Amino acid sequence: MNSSSGKTYMSTSNSSAGWKAGDAAADQFPVGLRVLVVDDDPTCLMILEKMLRTCLYEVTKCNRAETALSMLRENKSGFDVVISDVHMPDMDGFKLLEHIGLEMDLPVIMMSADDGKHVVMKGVTHGACDYLIKPVRIEALKNIWQHVVRKRKNEWKDFEQSGSVEEGDRQLKQSEEADYSSSANEGNWKSSKRRKDDEDETDDRDDTSSLKKPRVVWSVELHQQFVAAVNQLGIDKAVPKKILELMNVPGLTRENVASHLQKYRLYLRRLSGVSQHPSNLNNSFMSPQEATFGPLSSLNGLDLQTLAATGQLPAQSLVTLQAAGLGRPTGKSGIPMPLVDQRNIFSFENPKLRFGDGQQHVNNNKQMNLLHGIPTTMEPKQLAGLHHGAQSMGNMNMQVASHGSQSSQNNPLLMQMAQPQVRGQMLNDTSLGHPPRLLSPMGQPILSNGIAANVSTRNGIQENIRAPSYNPVSQTSSMLNFPMNHAAELPGNSFPLGSTPGISSLTPKVAFQEDVNSDIKGSVGFLPSYDIFNDLNQHKPQNWELQNVGMTLDASQHSNSLQGNLNHAQSVLVQQGFPSGQVNGQNRSATVVSKAMFSSGDSTGHVNVQNGNQHLNSLLVDSTVRIKSETPTILYPDDFGQEDLMSALLKQQDAIAPAEHEFDFDGYSLDNIPV
Amino acid sequence: MESSHLRQQIAAMRQSFFDEEILDGQFCQLERLENRGNPNFVEEVLTMYFRDSTTLLQTVEQEIETDTIDLAKVDMMLHKFKGSSASIGANKVRNNITKTRQLLEEGNLEGAKLAFRELRMEHDNLRAKLEPYFQQQLRQVGPVETATRPKGSDHA
Repeated sequence: MNSSSGKTYMSTSNSSAGWKAGDAAADQFPVGLRVLVVDDDPTCLMILEKMLRTCLYEVTKCNRAETALSMLRENKSGFDVVISDVHMPDMDGFKLLEHIGLEMDLPVIMMSADDGKHVVMKGVTHGACDYLIKPVRIEALKNIWQHVVRKRKNEWKDFEQSGSVEEGDRQLKQSEEADYSSSANEGNWKSSKRRKDDEDETDDRDDTSSLKKPRVVWSVELHQQFVAAVNQLGIDKAVPKKILELMNVPGLTRENVASHLQKYRLYLRRLSGVSQHPSNLNNSFMSPQEATFGPLSSLNGLDLQTLAATGQLPAQSLVTLQAAGLGRPTGKSGIPMPLVDQRNIFSFENPKLRFGDGQQHVNNNKQMNLLHGIPTTMEPKQLAGLHHGAQSMGNMNMQVASHGSQSSQNNPLLMQMAQPQVRGQMLNDTSLGHPPRLLSPMGQPILSNGIAANVSTRNGIQENIRAPSYNPVSQTSSMLNFPMNHAAELPGNSFPLGSTPGISSLTPKVAFQEDVNSDIKGSVGFLPSYDIFNDLNQHKPQNWELQNVGMTLDASQHSNSLQGNLNHAQSVLVQQGFPSGQVNGQNRSATVVSKAMFSSGDSTGHVNVQNGNQHLNSLLVDSTVRIKSETPTILYPDDFGQEDLMSALLKQQDAIAPAEHEFDFDGYSLDNIPV
Repeated sequence: MESSHLRQQIAAMRQSFFDEEILDGQFCQLERLENRGNPNFVEEVLTMYFRDSTTLLQTVEQEIETDTIDLAKVDMMLHKFKGSSASIGANKVRNNITKTRQLLEEGNLEGAKLAFRELRMEHDNLRAKLEPYFQQQLRQVGPVETATRPKGSDHA
């Protein structure tokens, strides 16, 4: 990117990471890029340091991964990019990669003398944004700034999109009571609100015009039109151009349709996978919405998949999710799966949401953790507010939160939101009573989820899932998108019509997601974790879910993604869906599980909401209980190595949370969320 | 003066490294870094390299000669050695490492031992060649600052 971009970032970006070097540095970007290089070989370290200095970067070298990690933790926004060797004695490079992705969401470049395809692939799947082969040439280092810019750009996009989500969240919050109760047609207000918010947001972001994209809000009607057009053409023959023509909506671009279609396809795919439990999820999702989204119902079954497909779910994620979610539903405990699957579908779209939720969960979890008794290894700071007692759930949240923290915004937001919310509500009794809150937080969590998702993949926890090298940042972005979806929409059952008033917003969210997600890659990342969650969820869906739900609700409420509540919900769902999918077969490492949990947690929150629109309503309104039952997937750390899981979760949460904050919460300074 | 002589000598030595392929383009990368204000950078790096490599080779040799070789550990060490060798441009050394690792992986223990010995030789050869090279460089730098010996004014 050029300095102009850098400037743009500087000026407009809220993310803490930004070019903290100062405005002056921004002008000279990439001069002053703060690089942390980690390599246990002193010779290589010396050479790299010299090379980086020659590139006029600010270099910090480190010969131990643990040291690097603590350095990063202490100063979350003190570095722009990390370069790490793969083989290190104290910690595997990929593990470090995971940690960084989850907690700080910084771009990480891996390097090794090993150029075997397998290891390079591992880097990709774990989320490394680049892989350098030793001997490293200075030319290769000269361009590493591109990864930073790219990440920021994605974050920004998400942020922008999430901006509307934030509005939405707020709105959601306000109307959640009302919305939830009337589930039907809530979407409309949401979408309209969102639209308005979006417009407002976009105005605010004029300076980032390069990044800003006018968002198309896929309202229920619009989506119905879309679906009608697709059905008319035949899903196989449905090409954006033709769909656009059939829809004949002024102002709608082919790109809008294309991205929406992508999501839709994912959604359909997911649906097919989840078909086993279609009724449960679909019904639940649809029910509240059915009234409003007639077409949505159909979506549920298929749309979900389509949505998933079209959603931002990255191919991989989608596949994994589907596999996980779809395959699992039956196999697993059953509860979670169906719900999860459905959610997955949605979640695909809102992988991010999941995070957001996750984040919330984090917050919530923290509190909830206590409830569950899951040891929350969440970052102390983040958890501080929450109950550390929480276990994995808490961890997850934390992780997500910490993860989000990278974006730094999320975490704080989540934390903030979650905390207040959680504290009040959740807690110890997992009083889901705060469903409505969850929604808002969901916005955030989604981010977290996204982040977590990213992280997960990055860390390789979920090897299967591997979201397409999803940089944490991007995930965050996706999360943003999602949050939007879920915000109130949780109930959104099927395809996110965008404005699902919050009831089965899943669907509506999904729609949202598309718009939003298109930018966010995170969603993809999200999926993976989601899958894991499923597994996890299966274990203890209830607790987690409750927590998540509550959290998400809270989060969503607070999170900006109010508008995105739907998204949030969706993401949650999606998230859940993933985990289930993935989880089912796999014994993911605790980390993964944690992640999944995280997401599931989040998603469950959402999912639950969706599952039973009623649940959502109830959740939102107060039915914590619902949430529990609904979200089957939240895995309880108990099943997994609790500690691992917890840490993973926490990490995720932490990671995600921060991310979310950035995106979802306006007021929160996510930066430097002490994790 | 001898500075031109010395310079030529140094240049010739350097070129021989490339001709013999004991060093490759990566070495030039290091040299480029040096020109930017850190005059002894390459030498510092190489000093560090040899310090670690000597220890590493000893350890690997011991391990390889035992009856129960910890293959994973040896491979890990060789991998690390490969990274540093490649980073300084030690071409032949790196190739030998690769060969040794491969033989070990194939289970050809005897072959691997032979390859390792060859690797060791190449490594020592590299050091033997680079040491005088840097010494000459030091000498070159030295005279420039100090009074030249009244050897005549034949220096270009």
